[in-house]
Amino acid sequence: MQTFGQQLINGLSLGSIYALLALGYTMVYGIIKLINFAHGDIYMLGAFWGYYVINQLHFNFIWAMLSAIVFCAILGVIIEYFAYRPLRHSPRITALITAIGVSFLLENGMTYLFTANTRSFPQVIKTVTYHLGGLRISNIQLLILGTACLLMLLLELIIKRTKMGRAMRAVSVDPEAAQLVGINLNHTISFTFALGSAMAGAAGVLIGLYYNSIDPLMGMTPGIKAFVAAVIGGIGSVPGASVGGFLIGLLETGVQAIGLSAYKDAVVYFVLIVILLVLPAGIFGKKTKEKV
Amino acid sequence: MIKWQKNMVKIGALATIVLALAGCSTAKSNGSGQGNNPGKTIKIGVNMELSGSAAGYGQQQKQGIQLAVNKINKAGGIKVGNTKKKIQLVVRDNKTSNTTSASVAAQLVNNDKVVAVVGPAATNAGTASIPNMTKAQVPSVSPSATDPGYTLQKNGDVQKYIFRACFQNNFQGSSAAKFMTNNLKAKNVAILTDNSSDYGTGLTKAFKKTYTGKVVSSQTFQEGDKDFNAILTSLKHKKIDAIYAPGYYSELGLIIKQARQAGINVPIVGSDGMADAKLAKIAGNSNTNNIYYTTPFSTKSGETNTLAATFLKTYQAKYHTTAPTFSALAYDSVYMIKSAIESEKSANSVKITAGLAKITDFKGVTGTITMNKNHNPEKSMTIEKLTDGTVSQAYTIK
Repeated sequence: MQTFGQQLINGLSLGSIYALLALGYTMVYGIIKLINFAHGDIYMLGAFWGYYVINQLHFNFIWAMLSAIVFCAILGVIIEYFAYRPLRHSPRITALITAIGVSFLLENGMTYLFTANTRSFPQVIKTVTYHLGGLRISNIQLLILGTACLLMLLLELIIKRTKMGRAMRAVSVDPEAAQLVGINLNHTISFTFALGSAMAGAAGVLIGLYYNSIDPLMGMTPGIKAFVAAVIGGIGSVPGASVGGFLIGLLETGVQAIGLSAYKDAVVYFVLIVILLVLPAGIFGKKTKEKV
Repeated sequence: MIKWQKNMVKIGALATIVLALAGCSTAKSNGSGQGNNPGKTIKIGVNMELSGSAAGYGQQQKQGIQLAVNKINKAGGIKVGNTKKKIQLVVRDNKTSNTTSASVAAQLVNNDKVVAVVGPAATNAGTASIPNMTKAQVPSVSPSATDPGYTLQKNGDVQKYIFRACFQNNFQGSSAAKFMTNNLKAKNVAILTDNSSDYGTGLTKAFKKTYTGKVVSSQTFQEGDKDFNAILTSLKHKKIDAIYAPGYYSELGLIIKQARQAGINVPIVGSDGMADAKLAKIAGNSNTNNIYYTTPFSTKSGETNTLAATFLKTYQAKYHTTAPTFSALAYDSVYMIKSAIESEKSANSVKITAGLAKITDFKGVTGTITMNKNHNPEKSMTIEKLTDGTVSQAYTIK
């Protein structure tokens, strides 16, 4: 039972990172039907930003995270402006390939500038481990869970309660109709990228602090897992991405807990296939009828 | 598997381009069958992982190579017969890709006309370069390709032009097993293997063959993994005396950190992939206790080996950090080529090959090396112990 509880904690902290990343995938997909493969790399840049501001400018954790959020948001907008906007009316496959290109550019650009060496993230918050009835939970795990939940709530509020959020939802339903009622398409899309990238930036700093290890290729694996999480939750659905993230985190942990560590990724992709076969729209996805 | 998925798309696109390019650049076999000859300078090629996932090791090796070449050139160069010739390095990046490694090898031997190559760092990329090296009759010395089969052909014969400066995995794995039985008295162990490389799986295989105690649990992870909490939590309630975890520092650092935080305090024994100062930085000094790893090069060896002491000093002066094992191995690789040229009194690539195969009692920074018939260097193995993040003790195992 104790082990089970401990694994649950492990799974939730891992899942909250996937969830934060999955949100970015799902929002961008919801709006312009683009799978932004560079998303995982924005998360990497967030971690590196945190590394530099803490080491060079001696920011504390809160400021490092807030500045990483702002930095990544700006970066997301820049990438959208230069890489995706010119291709908005091209076929989707063109944009997808561009996204892979951007991902490549960021990974190799960072490797070129900062070398591929793994760096240790400055430990601005001292790890304290709490013992609760035989369970061990660290203050950093609590921080990750707390921040992730807070950011997800905030995002939900922005999307549901603000004018910009309403515009985002309108664009995702029908971009042309949204323009007809006076919504600025470019602004809305930029805003979406900013929001998604901000989440990734926060996740980057959190993960840096949690694992104490960052490198230019760190975004690849979590990026692809988060993408799976978004698909399982129902790509385009914001609550779906959160649930999908936690599901993937728990699933991975569970598979390793029963001693099948070699198959942890295989199981994740197997579940992805099952979900796609049984519930093609994902758990929270809307079922849309295709008109023939 | 994961990287694989995403990489497939990327690699697929790249491979097409690379293959198209490589198609026009496989090694041309030299009509006279004499290999490459030196010009005014001795051209040594470097086929190295300078970007991509193994770039961390590749960069360290490049530093070791450069240090050795600078030192040799400062002293006038390599004595070939009666004249001294300087070394000219031709450094090319194989991007940790097997196809690129093959085309880089072809470029080095055909276009750059190098007489010897240092690299690649990884077994996979190294193996991919073998056909082109063999065709052009140019020897290559890999500082760190540890897979037992690397220097052998499929039928068990030696690869004539392929050498290495490091141990092969079997020796490292079996040394670790002996050490855990004899010195640590560990009867029940858990194994955590990096199964994304031949390095990790090879070491585990060799370990299991020699280890006489009980393997309670055998789990695997992949390069790039960051979260080991699930595996470690499942180990916590099993009765284990030690953990054997062959892999690289980037993952091992995290394993150590997470194991200690989870309250697992048994010794963790690993391999030379852990021999890097970054291990303790990632794990945190307070967690890095009771950690052991097999390594061909110990910074403690500077106390007994004067060559190693000078090497450590010059490395520190140039790069402002303690020399990692990979730099030491790369440094030795260059000097092995130098020694081969001097003993054969020729810098012809075929002659260098013959010289490398005959290396005996070569004094290097990683020990006294004798090349055996399978082109594996024979030298003694060191096991370093880390306490509070620094090397506190070094054991030598013959």
